[in-house]
Amino acid sequence: MNTKTLAYILKRIGLAILTVWVVITVTFFVMHAVPGGPFLSEKSPSPAVRAALEAKYGLDKPRFEQYTTYLNDILHLDFGPSIKQRGQQVSTIIMDGMKVSVKLGVIAAGCALACGVVLGAVAALRRNKLIDRIIMVVTTAFVSMPSFIMGSLLLVVFVVKLQLLPGNGSAQSGPAGLVLPIITLALYPMAYITRLTRSSMLDVLGQDYIRTARAKGVSGRRIIFGHALKNSLIPVITYVGPMLAYIVTGSLVVEKIFAVAGVGRAFVNSIINRDYPLVMGTTIVLAVLIVVMNLLSDILYKVVDPRISFD
Amino acid sequence: MSKKPFSLHVDLSAFDPASEQDKAYMVQMRPSSTFFKDGVKRLVKNKVAFVSLIMIVLIALSSVILPMVWPYSYDQQLGVVPGKPVDSSYNNLAPFTYGRAEQKKIDAGEKVFPHVFGTDAMGRDYFIRVVYGARISLAIGFFASIIVLIIGITIGSVAGYCGGKVDIFIMRIVDIIYSLPDMLMVILLATTLKASGLEKAIEGTVLEKIGANIISLFIVFGVLYWVSMSRLIRGQILSLREQEYVLAAQAAGAKGRWIIAKHLIPNCISVVIISTALQIPSAIFTESYLSFLGLGVNAPMPSLGSLASDALNGISSYPYRLVIPAVIISLIVLSLNLLGDGLRDAFDPKLNA
Repeated sequence: MNTKTLAYILKRIGLAILTVWVVITVTFFVMHAVPGGPFLSEKSPSPAVRAALEAKYGLDKPRFEQYTTYLNDILHLDFGPSIKQRGQQVSTIIMDGMKVSVKLGVIAAGCALACGVVLGAVAALRRNKLIDRIIMVVTTAFVSMPSFIMGSLLLVVFVVKLQLLPGNGSAQSGPAGLVLPIITLALYPMAYITRLTRSSMLDVLGQDYIRTARAKGVSGRRIIFGHALKNSLIPVITYVGPMLAYIVTGSLVVEKIFAVAGVGRAFVNSIINRDYPLVMGTTIVLAVLIVVMNLLSDILYKVVDPRISFD
Repeated sequence: MSKKPFSLHVDLSAFDPASEQDKAYMVQMRPSSTFFKDGVKRLVKNKVAFVSLIMIVLIALSSVILPMVWPYSYDQQLGVVPGKPVDSSYNNLAPFTYGRAEQKKIDAGEKVFPHVFGTDAMGRDYFIRVVYGARISLAIGFFASIIVLIIGITIGSVAGYCGGKVDIFIMRIVDIIYSLPDMLMVILLATTLKASGLEKAIEGTVLEKIGANIISLFIVFGVLYWVSMSRLIRGQILSLREQEYVLAAQAAGAKGRWIIAKHLIPNCISVVIISTALQIPSAIFTESYLSFLGLGVNAPMPSLGSLASDALNGISSYPYRLVIPAVIISLIVLSLNLLGDGLRDAFDPKLNA
């Protein structure tokens, strides 16, 4: 690794830290700019009770002091107690949700990568044949279908009409309940990866070194697996970061549709309830997740393919 | 004039003046073509893009015209007549069925306009709600893209022209906004902007009719999504500045403003058109996503996302109420994406990949 690469990586890490700081700051000030506060939705408590509550959660201190305390707490991974769910720490709520959401997301990402690469390679190798056409038409349809539409349609077909699977992803319906949420999350990235792999594979197959390998008498299988596929996967690496971002935001609606007790649902609920600490905690955790994954996939891309130069 | 055999003088008698016929033959057969005519010609040739264009125009036209001629309005609860008890027979009608009072009219031989898609849980004609939803989704997509376009071009061209410190400063901001997780920020801002005084600020103005939710959506778009457009424009202008034809124009004595107006902007325009066209479906997508989470348009105004979200409640009995907006939204996004691809092929010969 030369100094240029190292400088690039350091610059990217610096940018990532800056981004996380911006997210934290924006979240903090935006949530506190909202009038009403978290206690208004209840039977508006008396001023004394209200003052006591504000004192308890530190909402009566100057804004800047609240901010610095908050920054300090976050560095210690302490997001404070939830305002709406009494006696619960925000970090525990997030961790509980994460257990479900991460499982969902990782399986979905794995499925999307595996199926996408295989389908894309098949489409590229059978270019302009019937199977390529079918794959392209289907993936085009999937790419332009928002995740909530996809999820709802799957719900209609498999739960309401065919009654094959439970439409409820909560713990009691077992692993079968997670099948539809995972499919919903995986279809869009899968379609995208398929198209990406197909086009980069076609690009690679036209390269000189493939022709050289052919001329040398390398077997077709070795050309595909040893030369073409390996190199055509490089663009797919860049998509891993955005894919994760998509799965995180997609999980918000998917968890709503299928009633999965994950982080996404906690986030949506906390926004409706104006549960400040939970909103901030969830936003920050999800943002850090996305930023770190983007960082890793960018760095990996750079390391895997030294031809790529960044400014 | 005597002829000298070895003279180099041109012998004029060897040349005839061109006859009218010859002149007509020499005239350029094809009318001169402009950049746009060329692009449009290529676009029309592209069958997929052309069909998508027709599809979008059809949806847009019907979403404008149909509400004018349709006998029901999107917020009219058919069972609710002032001074009479609420007639619940209008709620949840299946397609092409009628409420009690309407049935009587039909029995009496009168004609009643059918409820093509039935009615919703509050007795509102579902067809017109879908049409209205499509109209709102399209309008939001269009205006949000215009906002993004204006901000993006301004900031991007400033960064590109000025260069130096201004450029570095702007590009750092762009980098940070670009790496923000956009959807999380959109949700956060859409939730809080409405509550934090926006509703009061627009009270009594034209904007009130549009609703605080949509305004905050526009603001969010303006704040977050200009970055990719301005990056694109800056990159274009930076590279175009180094082109030979700019040098040629400078050598010919052209001033900076002339070069920018006549050389740089027209060469950026294809990129601008394409990325605006591709911005619209993403805006529509974002709006429907937010509406689905309950953060979009104000009730009773429908959008395709909120219609789908409402339909989830009665999904086992009335699945078609989900399928209809779902199909329309996918159709709109799909055809806009295909049209965007077609525009790219038609207007950007350099990008032919």
